[in-house]
Amino acid sequence: MSNHAIEFNGVWKKFSRGEKFDSLRDLIPSAAKLLFSRKQRDLDDKEFWALRDVSFRVGHGDALGIIGPNGSGKSTALKLLSGILKANKGNLRVKGRSSTLIELGAGFHPDLTGRENIYLNGTILGMKRTEIDQKFDEIVEFSELKDFLDTPVKRYSSGMHARLGFAVAAHVNPEVLIIDEVLSVGDYHFQEKCFGKMQEFVRKGATLVFVSHNLAAISTLCKNVLVLRCGVPVFQGQVSLGIQKYHSFYEEETKSFAIELLDVRLLSEHREERDVFEPGARAYFEIHLKAVKQIRGAHVGLQIHTADGQLVFVTATSQLTNTKLNLAVGETARISFSLDMNIHGNVFLLGLVVTPEIEIPGEWLYYNPRLKRIIMTDSRKSQGFLHMNPAVDVRLDSETQGVGSVKFG
Amino acid sequence: MSTGLNPAAAGGPISRGFLPNEEFAQYKALLFMLAWRDIRVRYKQSIMGFAWAILMPVLIIGSGLIVMIAFSTISGRPLNKLDVLSVAVKSVPWAFFVGAIRFATNSLIMNKELVTKIYFPREILPLASVLANLFDFLVAGAVLAVVLLVARVGASVYLLWVPFLLLLLILLSAGLAILLACANLFFRDVKYLVEVALTYGIFFTPVFYSASTLGRLGILLSLNPVGPILEGLRDVIILQRSPNLPWLAYSASWALVGFLASWKIFQRAESSFAESV
Repeated sequence: MSNHAIEFNGVWKKFSRGEKFDSLRDLIPSAAKLLFSRKQRDLDDKEFWALRDVSFRVGHGDALGIIGPNGSGKSTALKLLSGILKANKGNLRVKGRSSTLIELGAGFHPDLTGRENIYLNGTILGMKRTEIDQKFDEIVEFSELKDFLDTPVKRYSSGMHARLGFAVAAHVNPEVLIIDEVLSVGDYHFQEKCFGKMQEFVRKGATLVFVSHNLAAISTLCKNVLVLRCGVPVFQGQVSLGIQKYHSFYEEETKSFAIELLDVRLLSEHREERDVFEPGARAYFEIHLKAVKQIRGAHVGLQIHTADGQLVFVTATSQLTNTKLNLAVGETARISFSLDMNIHGNVFLLGLVVTPEIEIPGEWLYYNPRLKRIIMTDSRKSQGFLHMNPAVDVRLDSETQGVGSVKFG
Repeated sequence: MSTGLNPAAAGGPISRGFLPNEEFAQYKALLFMLAWRDIRVRYKQSIMGFAWAILMPVLIIGSGLIVMIAFSTISGRPLNKLDVLSVAVKSVPWAFFVGAIRFATNSLIMNKELVTKIYFPREILPLASVLANLFDFLVAGAVLAVVLLVARVGASVYLLWVPFLLLLLILLSAGLAILLACANLFFRDVKYLVEVALTYGIFFTPVFYSASTLGRLGILLSLNPVGPILEGLRDVIILQRSPNLPWLAYSASWALVGFLASWKIFQRAESSFAESV
């Protein structure tokens, strides 16, 4: 026997894309069709593999992150682990008491009160009644919903709903914790709290499988990641390498765009090329691009993201000038943006997007949110993303006017 | 949520022949919790509260009375007390049967969120619906018992049959509940068929009259496995005589075989619930 908490061996899972017959009325014609067409195939027209030959192992007390673009099979993998879905091929095993959080507060009944739902949800998640009695106060305290315990959950805001959901789930105390993207709900403060609770689980020796788009959370919690793409495992190993791999998907996508990027240069005030900037410095971004297809009336947008993907800043030619980009096939153009770099103390990513005259969501002439790295040096005066050039004036009331005012600046 | 060995483990169909004790206790707790939820929600929402449990049986008994008055007017035979009480004794369990089947048929669909998001043996959902209706049945049953006492229906040794007969009825309902819940998940028109069958089912079941009044056609009425159980309840409570044993054995085999077969089918289909619902 191996000593792994989770084993996933060559797992395949298929789904049906189209509508199945879901009434008896439709069953009769399709049964007839089945009878007269004898074709035996692995995969029907409407079926597709959501997971293809996925294998991974998680040792006791380890944390595995699963990342990948939308629709890459992350949630499917978790549902297989929890037993909600069954694999078509391959086998998998989870050892020990496991708890799966696919959605916070799944199983809450809207007409029942918070108090009643704590018992209901706790039981659904596998807690004994005595266990819930014991932890009740802790759950309430964690959820910060003491005043709303006797309010029906249907009157809760979505944030309150999620808070109660996480609070119950966090007190199940499983040996294996399987969590789908749940940190994206609630306010910042509560997200931090949930994240802290997850760290605590890992510290206490629980095994964790964690799906998230929050790469910062993934890299803090997990040593290893599995990167999925269209159901295929493309990388498995160290977190930082996995995240690089994940980013590289976007770069590959750029190849089919109508605009080809020839060169991007980050320049200082003195027009020297660099990627390290001082907070508050003026920076110049020179973009040289070429049309692969004919371009009419395009806009060029500039984005700055944090390393874990939060958008910090965005601007576009459409907001700054009336000039639109009209290019014949093969024609090139230079665009130069300049900005005051009022950000600091972090690594940021420069992104570029070229949109057609009439914007269609998701359709770009060019898009790469991670074109270049910008390293902003620390400001000794403040923390956070923004460089706001702080100054302060402190006076003691006891001191008379004009005598010892203390200035920091 | 799953505990202990994950059922997703094996490549074969999910099998849970014997559950470890802890798991069994957990799922039993879940069964009662979900039944409690259904009861709680029902009573919370309605102004009538507990009267709700009595409403259905009272309506059925009321219609039974009208049918019987019509019969007696035609036949000229006066309505007697025992006939009326017989209808009451058969109507209350019939109301349970109808309620249990109706709620259970929709149970998997109504709890779609649980089916797609959390793991537990899915049988718990239809069984919890049956259990919640059993609670209503007990409330109505208690009221009926008082009525019978007031009507001076005496006790007899035959009352010992009652628990067994009720057990048969519960088993029969549970089996059908599991099967229909499963069928309704795959074929959404099942619930309409069930609705129709339950509405007209009362005419194919000896509730308002006994199978014997139909003469030879009565056999057809008894072929409905609920029939002999209801007749049996009337025999032991009102008429204070032994139930018709061969017919009862017939019902019992339906209940037992039906339950086991339904469970088997349910377990076979269970693994694809989450993607089909």
